[in-house]
Amino acid sequence: MIRVVINGETRTLAEEVSIDELVRSLGAGPTGVAVALNDEVVARSAWGARRLGDGDRVEVLGAMQGG
Amino acid sequence: MDDEPLVIAGQKFSSRLILGTGGAASLEILEAVLVSAGAELATVALRRIDPAAQGSLLDVLSRVGVRLLPNTAGCFTARDAVLTAKMAREAFETDWVKLEVIGDDRTLLPDAVELVDAAEQLVDDGFVVLPYTNDDPVLARRLEAIGCAAVMPLGSPIGSGAGIRNPYNLAIIAEQTTVPVILDAGIGTASDATLAMELGADAVLLATAVTRAREPVLMAEAMRQGVEAGWLARRAGRIPRRRYAEASTAFAGMAEWEPVGG
Repeated sequence: MIRVVINGETRTLAEEVSIDELVRSLGAGPTGVAVALNDEVVARSAWGARRLGDGDRVEVLGAMQGG
Repeated sequence: MDDEPLVIAGQKFSSRLILGTGGAASLEILEAVLVSAGAELATVALRRIDPAAQGSLLDVLSRVGVRLLPNTAGCFTARDAVLTAKMAREAFETDWVKLEVIGDDRTLLPDAVELVDAAEQLVDDGFVVLPYTNDDPVLARRLEAIGCAAVMPLGSPIGSGAGIRNPYNLAIIAEQTTVPVILDAGIGTASDATLAMELGADAVLLATAVTRAREPVLMAEAMRQGVEAGWLARRAGRIPRRRYAEASTAFAGMAEWEPVGG
């Protein structure tokens, strides 16, 4: 098990979770969503291969009314 | 009627009214507002996803055929704005960005230093950058020189509805700038939008004045007509202001009457 921070909330996850799986578990995407891992944007094409590690900070962002 | 389209980075728009999507009470109202305004471009913010959110803003935009313009609203540093723009590019598959870098949370005025820094980084990275800027002709020139696709000076602070507080500066910016000038922020009512266009703006971007009006759909229509009226009036050319009257009816051919009491 690993501890990660997803959109500001600390969560415990199975170690093998990929970004792709994480996004789907949040009921989002894959389009209209962007993911940053430790302040680095992760291209959608890399979501499947990129796995979360202990202490990672993930931001999952989408469209919201504004501006 | 408008045979001269607005062109931003090679993209043509027949509407010169750009809408912000913030402040609408519901997605239904937003959709009606977009249609009533005749908007072809609308800003969208990027925030942490809310799994409980009802409906999709992106669906609304695609249904009404409005192109999405991501913004960096809420960013106070060049670093945050650049990162947000990159996230938006990934999420929405567009390299267009309305660049906002705020320097003060009470006035929401742009931070010129951070703004120029972020604009340089984003232009270098291939973004089409539309910067929200102060009504400062020198700063506007710097942003254009960097390679921004438009400059977007404020009329007055975001959401203030205080109108165009420095019409002279807006006119100077419009006169000196070759990329489109989009008046962004401060519009309170339709006549403000008209004035912006008369002063030389190529388009107007507004949100609060419509979304927080008592009747948002009616105000969207008013803004559409206001922008159109100002654009037509500018092309038509206003008459010079004079101190004294100039008769619009000729005196020649007047009848002669007996003086009263004569």
